[in-house]
Amino acid sequence: MKRRISLTVLCIVTALMQTVWPVSLTIASIRPNLVVILTASFSLMCGRKTGMLMGFWTGLLLDIFSGGTIGFYALIYAWTGFLMGYSYRIFYDDDIKTPLLLIAGSDLLYGLYQYIGTFLLRGRIHFFFYLRRIIIPEMIFTVILGVFVYQLNFWINKKTTRTYF
Amino acid sequence: MNNEKNSGKVLLGILTVICAGLITLSIIFPEGTDPVSYTVRFLVSPLQKSMNSFGSYLSGFSGNLQSSAGLREENKELQEKVDTLTAENSKLVLDKEELERLQILLDLKNEYSDYDTVGANVISKDSGNWYSKFTIDKGSDDGIKVDSNVMAGAGLVGIVTKVGPNWATVRSIIDDDSNVSAMVSTTSDTCIIAGNLQLIDQGTLSLVKLMDDNDHVHVGDKVVTSNISEKYLPGILIGYISELNNDANNLTKSGQLTPVVDFRHLQEVLVTRTLKNYVPSTDDAERDKEERSKAEKESQGESEGISEAAEGGESADGGQGGQ
Repeated sequence: MKRRISLTVLCIVTALMQTVWPVSLTIASIRPNLVVILTASFSLMCGRKTGMLMGFWTGLLLDIFSGGTIGFYALIYAWTGFLMGYSYRIFYDDDIKTPLLLIAGSDLLYGLYQYIGTFLLRGRIHFFFYLRRIIIPEMIFTVILGVFVYQLNFWINKKTTRTYF
Repeated sequence: MNNEKNSGKVLLGILTVICAGLITLSIIFPEGTDPVSYTVRFLVSPLQKSMNSFGSYLSGFSGNLQSSAGLREENKELQEKVDTLTAENSKLVLDKEELERLQILLDLKNEYSDYDTVGANVISKDSGNWYSKFTIDKGSDDGIKVDSNVMAGAGLVGIVTKVGPNWATVRSIIDDDSNVSAMVSTTSDTCIIAGNLQLIDQGTLSLVKLMDDNDHVHVGDKVVTSNISEKYLPGILIGYISELNNDANNLTKSGQLTPVVDFRHLQEVLVTRTLKNYVPSTDDAERDKEERSKAEKESQGESEGISEAAEGGESADGGQGGQ
């Protein structure tokens, strides 16, 4: 119960922070993607189902806040959680390197989805511009931030998981 | 082990179907998802507002670190600027009075008068780096409607796309989706100002489809919202032309425009409460005029004295709204 509540609160706080990220903390007008950090870290730490659900709910909240087509972000973050969840049984979650790789990969996936789904279909075909100017800087910024946020997620996960059997 | 794997895939399948369904619903019924969205945002809007003010409080700290010498220098420059502007302003006031007199003569009432506006703060921005929509902390409770224009200082910022009781979503003109029907203020040639993500670094917007056969338009000309725009009130300043080239078809020109508003540091905006009443064709306008004059004649025939003057004033206002 405590775990469910804390994870739900974490979802809500992440979605809120994503919309209220202060402009002063942006680098070259790029803001980090906090949802990707959340989804990737929980997929690694707790498996496919948890990661998928965390991504789905946070994405749904983001959809509602943004007022665009509902389900757009929920879909990509659910799939991100699922795909990254394959690493659950393969890697340890203590070391920081694996989560950072997963975060980078998830952000790249998200960037491609956002570009193909909304820009390419409107005829903006200069993919390399968007790659260079938006996708890669967002990836770098998100990974840097992920170094710190992952520790927080790890701590929350440890605190709410029973370690005795 | 197999059970666990399968249940993960089953869950993914379920979630995918739910999401696909939601996306389809959102596309087919754009208003259908509003009740949920509006209630959530109604609850969350005060929270976002307080988080936003905390964020700007933090950024205010870095502002305090500016040196006092720099501030004094800036103050001196600003004082000089204020003096020149005051001198210009007094001349403009005289011009404005003359303009009003001439307008009354030509019976062109209230063309570019001050619009009824309300101030609002930006409380959150759309969650990604790809779009430029933001949310403000006033909504229908303050008279804001969908398609209300949003300005900052004297320049156009964007347009309201969704409205709740205490919040509204604004799509800014630099958004990739945005297109504003505009005109060059000196020659009244129409063009379209489109936002483009690729130009955001340069701080410009793209200007397309300018019909200018006689080459009267130059770099540096002012561009304002046009009279024929469906949603934007006329005469709002958008920016200055920074680049102008002939198109390959030799009929139109295109180029770039520098907006007057600083979109990076947008905090307070002004939202108009009046909407543009768009008349689609001259036939409709003629028909409206006939109906109005009929109604005026009837009301004049019935009553007399004060009530007649009141009704005459009302139908005249209705006439203006029809334009």
